[in-house]
Amino acid sequence: MSMHPPHQNGVQAGSSPQRPEAPSKLKHYLTGAIILLLLWGSSINTEATLGTLIQGAPNMLDLLREMFPPRWSYFDNIVPAMLETIRMALVGTTFGAILAVPVALLCASNLSRSAWIYQPIRFVLNLVRTIPDLLLAAIFVAIFGLGTLPGMLALTVFSFGLIAKLTYESLEAIDRGPLEAMTSVGASSIQRIFFGVVPQIQAHFMSYVLYAFEINVRAAAVLGLVGAGGIGHYYEVTLGFLEYDKTCVIILFTLAVVLLIDYVSTKLREKLL
Amino acid sequence: MIELRDVSKTYPNGTKGLDRINLHIEQGEFVAVVGLSGAGKSTLLRSMNRLHDISSGDIIIGGKSITQASGKELRMIRRDVGMIFQSFNLVKRSSVLRNVMAGRVGYHSTLRTLLGRFPAADVELAFQALDRVNIVEKAYARADELSGGQQQRVAIARVLAQEAKIILADEPVASLDPLTTKQVMDDLKRINVELGITTIINLHFVDLARQYATRIIGLRAGQVVFDGPVSEATDERFAEIYGRPIDDEELLASRLPSSQELEARAR
Repeated sequence: MSMHPPHQNGVQAGSSPQRPEAPSKLKHYLTGAIILLLLWGSSINTEATLGTLIQGAPNMLDLLREMFPPRWSYFDNIVPAMLETIRMALVGTTFGAILAVPVALLCASNLSRSAWIYQPIRFVLNLVRTIPDLLLAAIFVAIFGLGTLPGMLALTVFSFGLIAKLTYESLEAIDRGPLEAMTSVGASSIQRIFFGVVPQIQAHFMSYVLYAFEINVRAAAVLGLVGAGGIGHYYEVTLGFLEYDKTCVIILFTLAVVLLIDYVSTKLREKLL
Repeated sequence: MIELRDVSKTYPNGTKGLDRINLHIEQGEFVAVVGLSGAGKSTLLRSMNRLHDISSGDIIIGGKSITQASGKELRMIRRDVGMIFQSFNLVKRSSVLRNVMAGRVGYHSTLRTLLGRFPAADVELAFQALDRVNIVEKAYARADELSGGQQQRVAIARVLAQEAKIILADEPVASLDPLTTKQVMDDLKRINVELGITTIINLHFVDLARQYATRIIGLRAGQVVFDGPVSEATDERFAEIYGRPIDDEELLASRLPSSQELEARAR
């Protein structure tokens, strides 16, 4: 911070009123200090040190060495599980999307009748979204037992929360004009939504569904860890038997599938909007 | 046809939108409502199909009180009153035809319209409506591919497909250029004359009101300060409505290039 009076050599005095002083940078320094403090504190508490990371490096290299060459023959064993994973993601996304539609309509403050309706529903929706998908899957496994059903349910709940949230936010940004026009035509409230709202929102909605599907494929790949079906189960098995060359095949396969689906979905979404 | 009895509208913040308005509008009239912005023109029009609720008084449309109506009865009254907006209010991502078909939803059950099962006669009606505003070739284009003037004509076609008996037009040409303005006003006038649809139109431009309307209603601070045939709407009367002499701002002609300018451009 400079407290010197401004020099006016060569500058025409009086051409501009007194210039304001630059705002204090103290806030930025404080923020930086607090972040450093938090980092340092957490590393102490979790007993993580840079030394451990360096000492562990050879182990990591060993693991990588054991992973290669991948045992390609294992590929045939995991194709059905991978297809199951994709199916889980597909079913979960679809059901989640269907459930999200009415809830999103109720959440949008410009379509819902009163704050008494949309505020509580939004609250519940936010609660749903705070639960991690792996925890959801674990809960459903506890209820329904091992298999793909709990996985699908977990993904349904997860996609429901995500799609409903994104959709109601777009709903609140729609042009009100067509709605007004539909009212003036004598449309019922359902007709108003179908003719005035749906055409404005459907491309966005499809884009959100595809986005949720992308995320779900990735999530479904690990749901097997808690016994909710799909490829994740094979991670657990191969890691448990220290068959890292097989794990490597699974990782590469998952990577390829996720990349492919991401690519297709991104292209589709570009076309939609 | 339309009757307003002692209609007042007070906004929650206390400002008077409409102040004890009594009007009687006959079948087939072409009425222009003029006044400064904020005089209550839009509020007046929007209370006639109850897009806005009024605070007191009664509005009778075709013998039925729209103020008292609710539910299906209200929708049936609204079905007979078409509205045209300054910003067209089309669904931009939908086709022109679908936008026009939206005018038909009041005639069918909700389920039928959701499934898109409009009778062939309705589709024919929509095409005839588009034909009447000379835009039938754009039927399958997306609404946002059209120019402003074309979009407003689609909005007029929607009202025609609605088979409205009354057209309320809220500043229908305010976002159009002078030449498109003429086309849209000509369309509205032709529909009024040929089909006998009662037309009430809010206009900013005094010369447009004089040119097209049969009757002029002047509003000032929510009150009717002039109501009479065009012949009586002299410059002096307009000065009263506006509370000051008319300036170029209120004349569309001032926005048109003068003949000298056109000549200069041609050279």
